Amino acid sequence: MNSLSRFLVELQDISFLFWRMLRGLRKQPRYFDEMIRQMDSIGVGSLAIVSLTGFFTGSVLILQAYPTLEYYGAQSSAGQSVAITLIRELGPVLCALMVAGRVGSAISAELGSMVVSQQIDAMRALGTSPARKLVTPRVIALVVTLPLLTVAADVFGLIGGGIIARYLYALDANTYITSLRAGITIQDIIGGIIKPIVFGFIIGLISCHKGLTTQGGTVGVGKSTTDAVVLSSITVIIADFFLSKVLQGFFGNTLF
Amino acid sequence: MLETEAIIQPRTAISPVIPAIEFRDVELAFDDRVILDGINFTVRRGETKIVLGGSGSGKSTIIKLILGLLRADAGTILVDGEDITNADEQELTEMRKKIGMVFQEGALFDSLSVYDNVAYRLAEEGIDDDEIEHEVIRMLRFVDLEDAIDKMPIELSGGMRRRVGIARALVGSPSMVLFDEPTAGLDPPTARTICELAIKLRDLEGVSSIFVTHEMNNLRYLSSEYAIVDGEGRVFFEEEGDKLCLINTKVMMIKQGNIIFDGTDEELKLSNDPYIHRFITGR
Repeated sequence: MNSLSRFLVELQDISFLFWRMLRGLRKQPRYFDEMIRQMDSIGVGSLAIVSLTGFFTGSVLILQAYPTLEYYGAQSSAGQSVAITLIRELGPVLCALMVAGRVGSAISAELGSMVVSQQIDAMRALGTSPARKLVTPRVIALVVTLPLLTVAADVFGLIGGGIIARYLYALDANTYITSLRAGITIQDIIGGIIKPIVFGFIIGLISCHKGLTTQGGTVGVGKSTTDAVVLSSITVIIADFFLSKVLQGFFGNTLF
Repeated sequence: MLETEAIIQPRTAISPVIPAIEFRDVELAFDDRVILDGINFTVRRGETKIVLGGSGSGKSTIIKLILGLLRADAGTILVDGEDITNADEQELTEMRKKIGMVFQEGALFDSLSVYDNVAYRLAEEGIDDDEIEHEVIRMLRFVDLEDAIDKMPIELSGGMRRRVGIARALVGSPSMVLFDEPTAGLDPPTARTICELAIKLRDLEGVSSIFVTHEMNNLRYLSSEYAIVDGEGRVFFEEEGDKLCLINTKVMMIKQGNIIFDGTDEELKLSNDPYIHRFITGR
């Protein structure tokens, strides 16, 4: 099978998985307990790393941008520059990449180990659909928690940027906050929330698919875990471009 | 001696003519590699079919086909007289309720306790908690593992995991049980215990089964011993002798996707086929 055929087959498999996952939502049992458990493990478990990532990204944005802004006498726009960059792009993308690394790998490794130890076969033999029992709760948990994590990353990023602006460049805190408030529009926020919803589907479906198609024992688990992280990270970055284009179309060129 | 009680509930009578499992010209290949090359066999009701064969001969594949975990490329598979070859997932789920499956390494769910593992099928069906508890305890008693009820799979030995696997497979009173090399890697006494459980299911519960193995000890136990219960409910295992010959156990041998033998253990021992002779004697 050449690369193109392999790609198309994988795309078809992921589409089928997406369909089965959606059907899993419609039929009983719905495994709400499992969804809550996954939200805790994915959402609450990732909060620390996502907040740290957001904080230092916001900080470095101001660190790099402030001297240039100062050169043009635009220090008062410091808040706006960090807010737009973070909320539109860096917040959703970096948050998704961190979650792909932490959660995507865990999902793929867990499901892969279950395949290798025949637990998935056992589940099917016992009359349970692995898509409904394992995939649906994980994808839904990601779709619900990733936007929330992104908001946390954004908030911590803005705080980080503010701290650097105030204590390293002696910018007045009120100027920073005023610039933030003026810079953020409702469209920015909506776009910044839509993106992680899509990224949640991407990370969840790719990681589950890679885990469930693991072949070749423990070595296979390692390979599917790596593939899950690499493929979901690349897909997130590519999807971000197209999503931004679509959102631009929706909200107007000037905003996106 | 083990105490027992009826594991399989009385079920509605089904015509004894219909075999429990039937394969008609079943073929399966992965890319260019032929796994099963048009095989035919039947497992009658209440019969145990011991499937022998070397590693990679296609033994476990047969079990996966029966459960619908794999799809055949050609041919027909009948379970309880129903054609499952092209059944959809919903129909397969219904069919799987009739079948218990014991996996090679137990395949217990690591994240669930022994209790939850055994209760899994009933919990999924939304059965009442009290009923589940009663059934789980009954099954764990059958495999003599009542004490391990709250343990996690990681805390169990290999033999205990297989026995929990058997208890899990028997929940819901399936009329057929499929064993996929259940004694692989176990010490001889534990392997013997697993075989005794299979014999009890066959002789005391009338369960049809397929027992995939490549260990000759398993063949000897299953094809020459039978279980009886005394007046106090204790189970004994006796060997068939000159007067008594087991007719509810058949042996089938697979080599490179083809059935090279299908008959009784006595006929197997008399076979002139050099491969069979080597397989049995190891020389």
